[in-house]
Amino acid sequence: MTSANVRQIVIDIISDIAPDEDVTNLDDKVSLREQLDLDSMDFLDIVMELRKRHKVEVPQEDYPKLATLESCVVYLSPKFA
Amino acid sequence: MDDTQRIVMTGIGLTAPNGNNLTEFRANLLACKSGVKHHDIRYMGKQVAGMCEFDEFKYQSKKLRRRGTRAGSISIYCANEALVDSGIDWEKVDKSMVGVYIGITEHGNVETEEEIYQMHQNNLDWKLWSPHHNPRTVANSPAGEVTLNLSITGPHYTLGSACAGGNVGIIQGVQQLLLGEVDLAFAGGISESSQTFGIFAAFAAQGALAQHEDPTKASRPLDKNRNGIAISEGGCIYILERLSDAKKRGAKIYAEIVGYAINSDATDFVNPNGERQVQCMHKAIKRAGLQISDIDIVNMHATGTGTGDINESKAVKDAFVESKKTYVNFTKGHIGHCMGAAGSLELAGNIPSFIDGTVHPGMNITELDPECVIPNLVFNEPKYLGNINYILNNSFGMLGINSALIVKKYTV
Repeated sequence: MTSANVRQIVIDIISDIAPDEDVTNLDDKVSLREQLDLDSMDFLDIVMELRKRHKVEVPQEDYPKLATLESCVVYLSPKFA
Repeated sequence: MDDTQRIVMTGIGLTAPNGNNLTEFRANLLACKSGVKHHDIRYMGKQVAGMCEFDEFKYQSKKLRRRGTRAGSISIYCANEALVDSGIDWEKVDKSMVGVYIGITEHGNVETEEEIYQMHQNNLDWKLWSPHHNPRTVANSPAGEVTLNLSITGPHYTLGSACAGGNVGIIQGVQQLLLGEVDLAFAGGISESSQTFGIFAAFAAQGALAQHEDPTKASRPLDKNRNGIAISEGGCIYILERLSDAKKRGAKIYAEIVGYAINSDATDFVNPNGERQVQCMHKAIKRAGLQISDIDIVNMHATGTGTGDINESKAVKDAFVESKKTYVNFTKGHIGHCMGAAGSLELAGNIPSFIDGTVHPGMNITELDPECVIPNLVFNEPKYLGNINYILNNSFGMLGINSALIVKKYTV
């Protein structure tokens, strides 16, 4: 799966979790929480949806690796390989 | 009586299967327009049910709707509608002196069923169980969602009181105002029971789930051929204030709450006890300082079950045997059984009679059950009375909880 595909997967999940947010112009290098109204429970939802939709498991100690879109792609890409 | 000891209704927000505000709801009650339809219920397929079609996002963001519950969504809609209707300048209200008291039949079944369903769809992976499950299913959840939505910092809780919930929520609001715990109360009842298959399955197992090829005719309390309950969702929340405060701000006043009572059958889990129902109605009338013949309208609980309707018909007949001028109606023929919302919604449906002088009819009686004959029963056609001053609203629930609430037309 390409990096672009992984990025889109994350954006699709965020769109469902935060449906009021505009996700069209996100900066990949900036923290998602700085750009979007997301709290810690939303990140739990992102983890849950990755597991439910794609059978990808994110252990609790790795949650900080989902901070930006770029770090999401770096961290998740091997799991989608 | 001192105006600080008199509690009045100054705002009404509601959603019912046949209307999303009081004007629409009342018009459909007078016109005998049903809100009951066929809906697909998980596992069970097509069933009659009453679903509400209000705009969930009128007062709530999509994200918070997703985070919360259907019960919370109904509560938020009704609370905001009531607030707008009341004309209160919300910015100027001391939010620490506002209370939220919502009667419920049950809460958490919808969310729990959904989690279990999702787990089954995913090979029983329990790690998919939502972190939101606990805040969604704690019993105070619907009232708590209202405080989050409106930044209310006073007390909030729900009143678990089966299908008496709507009346019980209002009674709690009255009591807290009289105690001086709050200056403003959001009080009423809500239900999202029609979103959960378990309620349907349980009534089906009891042989008490309404069925009819025409869903608008499925809920037919007091009809000889009635065959059970049409399960519905709904909500109705009132703004309650002390009369002194309402007068100070020049509020529109719908009604004054002058009497109420809650008692228990102490006889059975599900079968009602008519004698206790009579005692409950009489206790409310006594508390109001009224004579039985002062009551102009009695709104029956009348769910459409075999024994329930017979018991209550006898109870109403016995309770009002001394009165020739008391008229009787019921609402569940139009909207089904809105469970925790039933009491407050059905009361709201009758409150406009203080203005229009008309008793709305109960609907769907083709052949009145001889065991449910009640003097002055209004069904299928509205009845114009002219001057209407007092309404007694009955709501009863499982485990033998009975409630009666009396409201009076407000006159200066």
